[in-house]
Amino acid sequence: MRPFQYLRPKTVGEAVTMAADHPDAQYIAGGTNLIDLMKRGITSPSTLIDINHLPLKKIEHRYDRTRIGALALNSDVAQHKLVTRRQPLLAEALLAGASGQIRNMATVGGNLLQRTRCSYFYDVAMPCNKRNPGSGCSAEGGINRTHAIFFNANEKPSCIAVHASDMCVALTALDTDVVIAGPNGERTLPFKDFHRLSTQQPELDTYLAPGELVTAIEVQDNAFTEHHHYLKVRDRASYAFALVAVAAALQMDGGKIWEARVALGGVAHKPWRYWAVELMLRGNAPSEKLFREVAEHEMRSAKAGEYNAYKINLTANAMVAALKTAAGIS
Amino acid sequence: MTDDLDDTSPDAASEDRRFFLKQTMFIAGLSMAPADILHAALAPDDGPVGNAVKARISLTINGRRKRLTVDPRMTLLDLLRENQGLTGTKKGCDFGQCGACTVHIDGRRALSCLTFAVMQHGRKVTTIEGLSHGEQLHPLQEAFIRHDGFQCGYCTPGQLMSGVACIREGHADSADEVREYMSGNLCRCGAYPNIVDAILEVKKEGRKV
Repeated sequence: MRPFQYLRPKTVGEAVTMAADHPDAQYIAGGTNLIDLMKRGITSPSTLIDINHLPLKKIEHRYDRTRIGALALNSDVAQHKLVTRRQPLLAEALLAGASGQIRNMATVGGNLLQRTRCSYFYDVAMPCNKRNPGSGCSAEGGINRTHAIFFNANEKPSCIAVHASDMCVALTALDTDVVIAGPNGERTLPFKDFHRLSTQQPELDTYLAPGELVTAIEVQDNAFTEHHHYLKVRDRASYAFALVAVAAALQMDGGKIWEARVALGGVAHKPWRYWAVELMLRGNAPSEKLFREVAEHEMRSAKAGEYNAYKINLTANAMVAALKTAAGIS
Repeated sequence: MTDDLDDTSPDAASEDRRFFLKQTMFIAGLSMAPADILHAALAPDDGPVGNAVKARISLTINGRRKRLTVDPRMTLLDLLRENQGLTGTKKGCDFGQCGACTVHIDGRRALSCLTFAVMQHGRKVTTIEGLSHGEQLHPLQEAFIRHDGFQCGYCTPGQLMSGVACIREGHADSADEVREYMSGNLCRCGAYPNIVDAILEVKKEGRKV
């Protein structure tokens, strides 16, 4: 591993200044992804800024939002009363991710910024546009069993890897903002605009500017607390990344769906939200037939590679199952 | 406070001497500076502290406070095994996939291979060596023996540290729950059913873990 300078700021201002002073620096919080990447030589910062001592752990309710500090641990968020009561879909998604040990280390901010688990991204002997821009994509003609089926409609993707987070799928379905500190003060990004689709710069996963620091996320109160489900399909029953994941949330009254949210994990370069499906569900009575119809409608825009065509049926079936559970239909 | 310190490892001691030399030269350079700057530079437990070569930390391992000088690249796992001689904590995959390196940090289970030792400044670490009281085994260790919860034994320290945490967290009420919350600990021999039985029994007995 390349030697690095180790810095430990005590305030957000100090941390951001350190990052501005060291252009090759990276922040480190839980380290569960970054240390892995550093050991393999995929990332080699010359400076590590350990942000664990910044006061960013708080989980609180302000006005109509649950504000979760970027350093709150995944396990603490998943069992916090504010989250289980007001944002149970988020708690469900968090518990579907990683293991007891990793959830005790991984932070909310780090979860947002984790890199893909594409095996070619991890294999430094192989070309990879995300790791080494311009070198080519090994997954395109390789074993692309775990890769994306949804892409930016207007551009040929230079990377077909998928985003690995479960938490981010739930946050995509909900109304979330990301609070960011930078050299010029604080700004807020809607969650849907935080991650990038794979365009011509697949090395960039998000729209964070260099040196910016995620300080919190804010999740809007909603009427999905009764009807929600996070369904994760994977190769083993636990402790594996999603092949396909569905976050489904419904607001129902008088036998009808008034508001619907459907977001998918494991199918695109970022968590994928189904805007069209949500419109189609609104105002209708929930039924398996309706869910099947909307799921298959959306699948028409999916594009599979040699080894991941199974994901098209799997995604449709997972969507139907998740929506049925959320609606309480057996 | 120095009499609390237990820094007997010859490696760490020599590292400390090198650190002292560097710091002495640094102080010589600062000799014209006001006294309070010098004082700040010497505050013992106030990190950061590291250039790219050595960083100074203090942490508690199995109840004993240590002051150490470490390469910032050293993981907590390597510090425990290579520097402290605590080889009970195992290196399985070294990439956070197997759970063999599980320890408790400030009472919570964590993977020692996925954190740098320098980040543990000020924290309390418990390893498998700190689980028993001398010859008196921990109740879960006894239960592993009764239920034959291991074969080759390589994953066992991690399984035990994770199993104790699983009971303390309140996630050991059913076999399904134990399987889910123990999924970060792999066992290639396949002792899973016996591990689950051992954890459930200790939980059921209601003994303090």
